[in-house]
Amino acid sequence: MSQPFRLNKEGLINRNKKISFTFNGKKLFGYEGDTIASALIANGIHLVGRSFKYHRPRGFFGAGVEEPNAKLQVEFNGHSEPNVNATEMELVEGLSATSQNCWPSVNFDVGAINNFLKMFFPAGFYYKTFMWPKSFWYKIYEPFIRKAAGLGVASIEKDKERYEHKFEYCDLLVTGSGPSGLASAYAAAKNGAKVIIAEDKPRFGGTLLTDDVSIDNLSGKDWAEKIITELKSMPNVTVKNRSQVFGYYDHNMLVMFERVSDHLEKKSKFTPRQRLWYIRAKETILSTGSIERPIVFGNNDTPGIFLSAAAKEYMKVYGVLVGKKPLIFTNNDSAYETALEFKKNNVEPIILDTREEHSSELIDEAKSKGIEIRFSHGVIVANGYKKVKSAKIGKLNKDKNSFEKIETVDCDCICVSGFWTPSVHLASQSGNKLKYEEKIDAFIPDKKKQHETSVGAANGSFTLEESLKHGFENGSNLSAKITETKTEISIPNVNEKKYGAHDKFWCMPLPKNENPKRFVDFQNDVSVSDIEIALREGYRSIEHVKRYTTLGMATDQGRTSNLNGLQLVSNIENKIVPEVGHTTFRPPFTPITIGTIVGREVGMEYMPTRKTPMHEWHEKNNAVFVDAGAWKRPRYYKLGSETLFEASKREAKNVRENVGICDVTTLGKIDIKGPDAAEFLNRVYTNAWMKLPVGKARYGLMLREDGIVMDDGTTTRISENHYHMTTTTAQAANVLSHLEYYLQIVWPELNVNVVSTTEQWAGAAIAGPKSRDMLSKLYPDLDVSNEALPFMGYKEAEFFGVPSRIFRISFSGELAYEINVKSDHGIFMWEKMMEVGKDFGNQPYGTEALSTLRIEMGHVAGPELDGRTIPSDVSLNGLVSKKKDFIGKNSLGREAFNVESRQKIVGLIPIDRKSSIPEGSHIVQDQNAKLPNPKLGHVSSSCWSVENNNPFSLAIMKDGKNMIGKKFFAVSPLKNKTIEVEVISSHYVDPEGKRVRS
Amino acid sequence: MLYIKCPYCGLRAQKEFSYGGDATVKRPNINEEVPSEDWDNFVYMRKSPRGKHIELWQHIAGCRQWIKVQRDTATHEIFQTAKVTEEIR
Ligand SMILES: [Zn+2]
Repeated sequence: MSQPFRLNKEGLINRNKKISFTFNGKKLFGYEGDTIASALIANGIHLVGRSFKYHRPRGFFGAGVEEPNAKLQVEFNGHSEPNVNATEMELVEGLSATSQNCWPSVNFDVGAINNFLKMFFPAGFYYKTFMWPKSFWYKIYEPFIRKAAGLGVASIEKDKERYEHKFEYCDLLVTGSGPSGLASAYAAAKNGAKVIIAEDKPRFGGTLLTDDVSIDNLSGKDWAEKIITELKSMPNVTVKNRSQVFGYYDHNMLVMFERVSDHLEKKSKFTPRQRLWYIRAKETILSTGSIERPIVFGNNDTPGIFLSAAAKEYMKVYGVLVGKKPLIFTNNDSAYETALEFKKNNVEPIILDTREEHSSELIDEAKSKGIEIRFSHGVIVANGYKKVKSAKIGKLNKDKNSFEKIETVDCDCICVSGFWTPSVHLASQSGNKLKYEEKIDAFIPDKKKQHETSVGAANGSFTLEESLKHGFENGSNLSAKITETKTEISIPNVNEKKYGAHDKFWCMPLPKNENPKRFVDFQNDVSVSDIEIALREGYRSIEHVKRYTTLGMATDQGRTSNLNGLQLVSNIENKIVPEVGHTTFRPPFTPITIGTIVGREVGMEYMPTRKTPMHEWHEKNNAVFVDAGAWKRPRYYKLGSETLFEASKREAKNVRENVGICDVTTLGKIDIKGPDAAEFLNRVYTNAWMKLPVGKARYGLMLREDGIVMDDGTTTRISENHYHMTTTTAQAANVLSHLEYYLQIVWPELNVNVVSTTEQWAGAAIAGPKSRDMLSKLYPDLDVSNEALPFMGYKEAEFFGVPSRIFRISFSGELAYEINVKSDHGIFMWEKMMEVGKDFGNQPYGTEALSTLRIEMGHVAGPELDGRTIPSDVSLNGLVSKKKDFIGKNSLGREAFNVESRQKIVGLIPIDRKSSIPEGSHIVQDQNAKLPNPKLGHVSSSCWSVENNNPFSLAIMKDGKNMIGKKFFAVSPLKNKTIEVEVISSHYVDPEGKRVRS
Repeated sequence: MLYIKCPYCGLRAQKEFSYGGDATVKRPNINEEVPSEDWDNFVYMRKSPRGKHIELWQHIAGCRQWIKVQRDTATHEIFQTAKVTEEIR
């Protein structure tokens, strides 16, 4: 149970709490505050995975988001997650992690043979190798790629966790709690600004936790703790750890991913797992710091090779040694701090510095502590397969391209530092064009594009003093503009070590006749030679090189590889890096879970559900529902073991013979008021509206300006200046916007107001030959005779003590009425109708029967008014006034709308009177004609005619009216059916419309 | 997501609005003879500029007013918003 690489005292972990976990089945333990990575390293485990293409052994390289290798399949809290970054995931009790992309095991991986079949995987191997022969794709290439190149395995279980979305607004969002972030947040908070400070890691402080500095006589870590404690106590500040701002979108909207409870052993039922924050910030401080970049050398992907800052972080934060015989390979001073930290823990490092012998504060300190330093030196190639055992090192000549001396030294880890790359992803996402800063060989933000201000290392300032100063100044100035308050803050005294200049050295040359792989992008296995091939093959644009080689395209987004890739391209091309340019940064900065993106919008919560006031009654009476937009409508009411076909036929037949009631609450309803209401309707509808009397309804048709039918419905004149418009369920929202557009923009002089009343009224249609008898029982005191309440008549009356509106309108083509009561009375009305209707054989009917009824009557609906038809196409030209102007009228004169053979609505019946014609079928002359078979029209709606007891369909057909009596074929490739049909009139039942007037 | 200043309600998220096209198009007067070329231009012809564009948006999940927005179609920068009765210049 001992941990051979755990230091005795160092670190910020809680040594009082042991946490057990397993890795590839082996039981291990770590401490509270460990990541999976730090716990494994403490246990001496470095081999954690196999690489993507060559299946080479891989270990840890970083200590945080920069990690390109250590992606594990992790099971915890009852679910399994792939591609988890071992350097970020905190250890929780019972967690079990396994290596990915290796088979049968990480120690013996069959795929590693790829490493010896390199000709199989050159740059662009996707495009070359797998192209042909074509027949190989399904049988050989694809299964091979799936097995070999897969990363983790996504769970197929339903995700039981809870995810949330949160919307937040603030004056200043600070992205990162390093020195510059803390200073900015503190200054802004003191000015009274509403501040959110977000830290990706569990601990606040960034580099203050690992750098040997002091601020106002406090250690960096203690100063960070003091500032955070004070920020947390302020009501205007939100302090968030485990929260990464990963995307910068338009108008200063940033999106943050919060890991709420993955690190908790127990949580309450409603604690979400993760939370997505949409933050609209007035100003944003980008204090995202920088990431150390490696120097490229041979076999630089061998387990045991780390970034030097990561090695330091493992010691200082986790109390873990990445090795006991370290080589430090650097081109700058910062790695000396890692060497000094090793030394402090009684480990003897050797420093290989690519620079010539010189002196600086850190070099002098290392010398005085007796650390071995070899100037003009570097690692040529690492030896060891599953772990570094030794390194071939070389003394560089002055040209830095050849060697004065080569030797081999033993080591168990190599800590490499090639200087620092500012994390500019958020700045770049905000639209900021980056600029190349010669001094640090990296890109930094240029002129502001949105309200973003980069400070500290993210802006290329690598000293603590400068970072703090910029942080305080920017935090103070940006917030003062918003709060109009400025609190003076004295900038603290800083004690830090001075760094000398770094060496612009990024890739170790190779001795003659040696050709080990030198990786630029570890996660996607892109080596120096791959990029060389791409350039040799003519790829020039960095975006093309990126796609051809997949450089920087893995989930780590090339955090440690981009700049070295650019250096390589610019060296070969004889250009400077800014000429080569950089590739685009895109959100998310690190992978985030699909669950977080989806949030609570799953299952029933995917979209709102609209239910009518009678919904519960429908449910209790075996209604089978259908979605009509967000509405749930009864499709049919199932009796016993009835099918949809049987039930809808029964319901429709009952309407034709007796009486049925249908919930029509979902129809769009718009209240129209004002002295110019009649004039407005007259412009909106194609027919005449100026003379409609009070107490009468009229059917109306509205067009778009291009002449296409937009919607239809009845509108009733309730009183002099008050109309009640109905729209189809589907078009309700569009029609309201359409009316508002004309009233607000086109004809503001019209004194009219419109408002949706869809949800204010519950509606029920009573249809069938016995509907008048039933109505007279519902309104015993009202004269409901054909004379007193004629077709298109309207009355207001009490419905058993409840105010109601009676419209004599019909969609079914039968004698019918629609009753509206206030929504709260909907269920009362419905139950009363069911009770009173018993004597008349009343049955409820759903949308399927409703469709049957309207189709056989030849009444058009959505499938006919499909955004392609004009009034004459659907036999509604009788409603188009010749005398007045209206919306879309001018378009009806278009030539194409008036050709003789223009499409028209017709009816179709199968010759055999038995075969139902699938909706969407094409109508053709000759079923055996050569393809493409000329299409004469399409079947828009189909039903089983209950009146004639055979199938009947509506179709939109070229030159339709002249086709009546002729025979064609209705072909449905989708249903694999061809049915011989005869064209008849679209009015299959009651063509004169006698019933509605009876 | 854009942040649009409704002249009636103030700054609101884009998801509260729906887009309504070019705001500079004028519908020919009703009840007047319109040359067919003018009518076709009104119905079909729209510019698709890169850069400044004055357009209509409706605050559908708010006050339901149609408003004018001057926006850069390439950068999404919004320069000005106004009531439909007001001019944007
Ligand atoms: Zn508004």
